[in-house]
Amino acid sequence: MQLEAKDIGFRYGNGPWLFQGVNLTLEPGEIVGITGPSGCGKTTFCRILAGFETPIEGTVTFNSAPLPKKGYHPVQLIFQHPEKAINPRWKMHKILNEGWKPNKEVLELLGIDREWLERWPNELSGGELQRFCVARALGPNTRFLIADEMTTMLDAITQTQIWHAVIEIAKKRKMGIVVVTHESKLMQRLCQRVIDFNDFS
Amino acid sequence: MPILEVENLSVSFKQYTGLKQKTHKVISSLNVTLEAGEILAVVGASGSGKSLLAHAILGILPRNASICGVIKYAGEELTPDRQTVLRGKEIALVPQSVNFLDPLMRVGSQVRTSVKNGDAVSVQREVFERYHLRQEVEKMYPFQLSGGMARRTLLSTAMVSGAKVIIADEPTPGLDPDVIKEALNNFREVADNGCAVMLITHDIESALNIADKIAVFYAGTTVEVAPVENFKGHGEEIRHPYSKALWRALPQNDFIPIPGSQPHPSSLPAGCLFAPRCVMATPECRQVQPEMRKLRGGMVRCIHAT
Ligand SMILES: Nc1ncnc2c1ncn2[C@@H]1O[C@H](COP(=O)(O)OP(=O)(O)OP(=O)(O)O)[C@@H](O)[C@H]1O
Ligand code: SF4
Ligand SMILES: [Mg+2]
Repeated sequence: MQLEAKDIGFRYGNGPWLFQGVNLTLEPGEIVGITGPSGCGKTTFCRILAGFETPIEGTVTFNSAPLPKKGYHPVQLIFQHPEKAINPRWKMHKILNEGWKPNKEVLELLGIDREWLERWPNELSGGELQRFCVARALGPNTRFLIADEMTTMLDAITQTQIWHAVIEIAKKRKMGIVVVTHESKLMQRLCQRVIDFNDFS
Repeated sequence: MPILEVENLSVSFKQYTGLKQKTHKVISSLNVTLEAGEILAVVGASGSGKSLLAHAILGILPRNASICGVIKYAGEELTPDRQTVLRGKEIALVPQSVNFLDPLMRVGSQVRTSVKNGDAVSVQREVFERYHLRQEVEKMYPFQLSGGMARRTLLSTAMVSGAKVIIADEPTPGLDPDVIKEALNNFREVADNGCAVMLITHDIESALNIADKIAVFYAGTTVEVAPVENFKGHGEEIRHPYSKALWRALPQNDFIPIPGSQPHPSSLPAGCLFAPRCVMATPECRQVQPEMRKLRGGMVRCIHAT
């Protein structure tokens, strides 16, 4: 059960190549970091891995087959800004149960308070909202998680809580994770190896 | 005399659910002071009211907000009229949201209109160069900028304004390490030239490198104000249990979180707001909210802190 990106290249329109020749093989349970200067295409690469964007060059395969176009996506992406990833007109319980019904264990690990489920998104802080986005992405069929600056806007305690929960779940399920963060200390704590995007531009 | 004083600031929002009007208080008692020549770092829980404090000082809170408490600038109360006069001239904001740029104006011109001293064009070009913005960027409109470029434009605007107080709300996320360093050095420079800087940030490590004091916020209150030197080792010199926990949770320290989360403004506990998560809590802590008090050259809102 591998996620494999082979010789990926991307550019917008006729612009210059953002990156070319990016290779990444992610095994179950492996945690890999991506670093590189701002604007070098890390987020674009994450979107390609999760199937939101098609690469100009190269292929992404899951289990040696193309990424599935329908149904629950085995590669889930979590963004930096939770408020941009949810429907502001839905109450939290509806947002939470959009893809699957997170069980008690996941909710407890992520510290999601029952009482929050009856609230609207604008009645929760950024840190609280991000917990929902993480819970939503951790369905039983998620094999790989792409965390693009997932905790950048959060305080250190909330950041650490979310990461501990995610790592515990990932270990249990042998889920692989891609971590994008500009925080080198966090990268060192989390990742077994790191890919530098400087090498591809 | 401090250049800016915020005393017991509270902020409430009116909200309508159907026809019912509800008021909820999101900041209950914030206290901070800024001295000329000094950098105050403001850190704390996300949602603890850091951005609202910045907006209250600038007088740009949304209409359904109401405030209590006193904000003084140069010893005199900062009224809405004074805020309008001083905004962008004597008190400048580097906003957290990049949506603050004027969408219809080229970014070079936006920066030029803020230049206080010297030739506007050359001052703008110098500051762009400093922040690694290529010359063609000055002709662009905000929608053509990446997040990091927009942030650097906002920084430039504040830096050329010649303001006496700069309030920077999370100015660095998404920027490259060398640009972050440049920006932080720039804050230190303007402070050394007599400006007062409030740096709101989650990046405690960078803040420690350039700030003089650090204020820690939790659930709409200031829980501690301390000299930066206290933030070291296992946090033995830090006064408040929340600040200690925040320090220890950093990846470069223990990377171990305390459980629970900050209470929501609509359901604040009685007594000390941190009591439900505090290992040092005693029944006394749940009686009344502790006042800010002086301790070892800093301030703390905790009855048991030593
Ligand atoms: N317009 C509003 N109406 C109602 N509540 C609001 C409004 N704006 C902010 N709040 C609430 O006020 C509290 C403080 O918000 P604020 O944006 O100041 O937090 P912050 O400390 O800057 O957080 P972060 O570190 O995530 O930027 C939060 O609970 C937030 O949900
Ligand atoms: S007052 Fe009590 S509960 Fe509050 S921080 Fe101090 S020891 Fe903890
Ligand atoms: Mg904020």
